Amino acid sequence: MAAITAPTLASETVGHIGVFELRNTMVMAWLAVGVLILLALATWRTKYKKVPGRFQCFMEMLVEGFFDFFQSIVQDRKQTRRFFPLVATIFIFLLTANWMGILPGVGSITIEGIEEGHLTKIPIFRSMNADVNMTLAVALISVIATQLFGIAVLGVFPYASKFFMAPWRDPIGSFVGILEFVAECAKIISFSFRLFGNIFAGEVLLVVISFLIPYLAPLPFLGLELFVGFIQALVFALLTLVFLKMAVTAHAHAEHEVLHHGRAVH
Amino acid sequence: MFDIAYAAEAASEAAASSVSLFTDRNLYVSITMFAGAAMPALSIGWIGSKSVEAIGRNPEAAAKIQTAMVLSVAFAEAIAIYSLVVSLIIKFV
Repeated sequence: MAAITAPTLASETVGHIGVFELRNTMVMAWLAVGVLILLALATWRTKYKKVPGRFQCFMEMLVEGFFDFFQSIVQDRKQTRRFFPLVATIFIFLLTANWMGILPGVGSITIEGIEEGHLTKIPIFRSMNADVNMTLAVALISVIATQLFGIAVLGVFPYASKFFMAPWRDPIGSFVGILEFVAECAKIISFSFRLFGNIFAGEVLLVVISFLIPYLAPLPFLGLELFVGFIQALVFALLTLVFLKMAVTAHAHAEHEVLHHGRAVH
Repeated sequence: MFDIAYAAEAASEAAASSVSLFTDRNLYVSITMFAGAAMPALSIGWIGSKSVEAIGRNPEAAAKIQTAMVLSVAFAEAIAIYSLVVSLIIKFV
């Protein structure tokens, strides 16, 4: 009986650009970006007429739908307009990449290559988020952007006062501040591993099911992968939005200080 | 000719599996998954039941409750995913 070749945890190299190793997940990432650029160009070509045609109407429906959904969470139109580009891009990019990872040809079109010392078949396309580097990159963007938005709206010192409270004035507060800082780092790890684990596990599941019963049985699992891809993109975007909203809200501790010390805390 | 084929297959099978049950990696892979998915499964069921209850009491707030539910389920599922990643590392690395 033939043995099953499970997908590797790390992505495989399919080529070199100079000394830079090109990986199969990176090829998929570029393809996803290409698809989104084509969509954007097609939308731009409609010239945004006052009386929209079908395609422009559809795009406007999507954008307005996302905006209203994010608005219902943030409850503040101005803030939603600020956060919208980042959050909607994360959602659309991850959704496109996750769904493109289920297409036929991904994982099955292979070339011969050296992997871990011996000659094996390497797929040229692999689901983009099945690579920790990619999910880590998006998680870093999300968390660092949250800090930058917080600093931009509140100012450096009011925002930093969430993390660094003077230990002589408020010992418990300073410990909470350290915990907040650790929580920010934990967010990076949690974001990246949630997305990576879901997509990689989906990949392994599809490989195993296609190996056991190639006809008809993969169908519900492909449906599950569609659903999981959508939910993970949505959760990533929603969590980014919620953390952005929490970052730009003035820290409650400042009001506590005003009450107790009777002087204005800026 | 067939003897050689059977002997080769038996040798490769003996090389693949470990000496006893407790030195076999696969046991620890399954224990990790078992322990790591039990509590998230319970918590996701709990979150679902509480949110369905809340929607039943107040159908107008269904959209808000659904959003909060999806978010909470994602957080709870992430813990199960961490244990999945650990078990994958044990199996393949």
